[in-house]
Amino acid sequence: MMRGVRSLIPALAILCAALALPQAAARAQGKEPVTIGSVEILTGPNNKYGVAIKNGFDLALEEVNKAGGVLNGRPLEIVYEDSAGAKEQAINAVRQLIGAKKVPLILGPTLSNEMFAAGPVANGRKIPIIGTSNTANGITAIGPYVFRTSLPEADVVPVTLKAAMDKLGVKRVAVMYGNDDAFTKSAYDVMKAALAKLGIEVLATETFGSKDTDFSPQLTKIEGLHPDAIVVSALVEAGSGILLAKKALGIPASVRVIGGNGLNSPKVGEIAGDAADGTLVGSPWFIGKADPVNQAFIAAYRAKYGSDPDQFAAQAYDTLKLAAKAITAAGAPDPEKIRDALTKTSHDGVMGKLSFNAERSPADTSGVAVLEMKGGKYRIFK
Amino acid sequence: MFAQHLANGAVAGSAYALFALGFTLMFGVLGVINLTYGFYFSAGAFLALYLTAAGAPVWLALPVASVLIGLTAVGLDAALLTRLRRAKAPELASLMVTLGATLFLYSAATAIFGTDIRRFPPAVFAGGAFEIAGVRLTLSQFLIMGTAALSVAVLLFVMRGTRIGLAIRALAENSDAAQLMGADAGAVTRLVSFISGALGALAGILIGLKDNAIQPYMGEAMMLKGFAVIILGGLGDIRGALLAGLAVGFLESMTAGGLFESVSGGYVSSSWKDAVGFVLLVLTLWIRPSGLFGRASVRRA
Repeated sequence: MMRGVRSLIPALAILCAALALPQAAARAQGKEPVTIGSVEILTGPNNKYGVAIKNGFDLALEEVNKAGGVLNGRPLEIVYEDSAGAKEQAINAVRQLIGAKKVPLILGPTLSNEMFAAGPVANGRKIPIIGTSNTANGITAIGPYVFRTSLPEADVVPVTLKAAMDKLGVKRVAVMYGNDDAFTKSAYDVMKAALAKLGIEVLATETFGSKDTDFSPQLTKIEGLHPDAIVVSALVEAGSGILLAKKALGIPASVRVIGGNGLNSPKVGEIAGDAADGTLVGSPWFIGKADPVNQAFIAAYRAKYGSDPDQFAAQAYDTLKLAAKAITAAGAPDPEKIRDALTKTSHDGVMGKLSFNAERSPADTSGVAVLEMKGGKYRIFK
Repeated sequence: MFAQHLANGAVAGSAYALFALGFTLMFGVLGVINLTYGFYFSAGAFLALYLTAAGAPVWLALPVASVLIGLTAVGLDAALLTRLRRAKAPELASLMVTLGATLFLYSAATAIFGTDIRRFPPAVFAGGAFEIAGVRLTLSQFLIMGTAALSVAVLLFVMRGTRIGLAIRALAENSDAAQLMGADAGAVTRLVSFISGALGALAGILIGLKDNAIQPYMGEAMMLKGFAVIILGGLGDIRGALLAGLAVGFLESMTAGGLFESVSGGYVSSSWKDAVGFVLLVLTLWIRPSGLFGRASVRRA
């Protein structure tokens, strides 16, 4: 039995090679491929992010090559390295890509923490590196070769608040934030700055602990101040608890909860049920955006992978399209030229208009979708 | 608004008191700081969650889960502490054994259930609220206050008015003498473990219903407050647990609700919520080292 299986292996190999032939033939139109590198979490507990990103890259890559590749007909290729979510492995992966594969451009890594570790390596070797999913403050401050295409919270929150002000007439708010968590605290700083800039009056600022489950005292005080809305910086658990307590206290549904990225999760609707209705959050991308570019992307993604894309896949998809344009504009697969081209390239993608500002972060926030919770699900806020 | 703040304090205080009752009993009578107590709180909530998910009404799930966790507590107490009691091991040894067991139980629960927050199915408990004179309270909040009051009344009656209560108090006072007088130490230990475990589970279920947020480590956050409450009230003192629980609940709610902000010139804001209970604890211990109701070097039940 074993012998039988073994003897099959060469046959299988030939079969695979035969199947791969048409692709190879298409590629080998006399031109040498341009190979870039990517470091993502492809294994381990957080691999769903990395796999979504890889799916987004691969889909965009397929479309780019079908449309003639880069640099007048040279096919584009991506070499993937797995970081498994570990900083050390991300550093090694970047070294490997630069040293052994000689790539002129790197996409990734997945987490902000990984970028803080691996970004300086690429920057030191003067190889441009583009994070598609890093939202922490200070990512691009690593150096002039570090870019990101993901919108940081500081760019998303003002859009949400502006929409609430324009469409609901929100003028006076109360703020609640978790004061023992770096993520919710930094989102609060962003909210505070955005509220001041928009001229929205803050009636009270209340804090809570990320493990708290009783929020009625703070909300009782807030209820007495009669705000137009409550701005909340919390993770899913505490945020859902606030929504439940708000309903239990009888604060009217017309007093909306406006959240940061922490509340941008379908879990809020699952935990808080109808108490979550009316919650507003901003999102760099949303599956329900009706524009044709987005709808074509969703259809192609479903056809290729049999599932719905998420924000990570969308960001990756746009990033690869932009990178392909920049390589062509650079005129040669040369890191220095690609870096300069990136700063000047723009692309109309599924997240809206994508280009870089002077800090090499996304320059445009017009693609941000403001979402409203209804019946336990987020949908576009109208 | 002030009335609502008082009501919030009463609810939070009753929750602390309910949790502290079983803890103070276990601590005061059995003379062991049993850290597995917080786990019964989590386990009760989880068991009730699964019972209701399987279709049991909450009125059935509540007592069934409490009794089952009470029995679990008897089993765990016997398994962990029998040897140590027989050897008359120092308190620190028992404390460390229960600490190890607690860490094991929490890790196991996390491995099985994950750390995601779960909630009761919406149909289980109608989220109706009552409004009386501008004060709004939900059914689960009433239930917590009622259960806390009832538990205190029943426990006080059992302790003061029955032979079993006499045996429990005698054992708490002096274990050797009580046994010489014919009290069955093993039976009393099992009974106290059962009552404590069941009360811990009851508190977990009710607070789980109120906040609708159930996760394995919920008991751990409660333990620290529970410690403050039982020490404040005096170890093993049932009235003390109730009053200290209410005091901590009121103080926290008022701090978090910003009632001390104007008094303190805006300094004592909601960020200070978790500090006030412990400030009260330290102040009380300076003035009365044995707690509000405790008597120096005498254990009471």
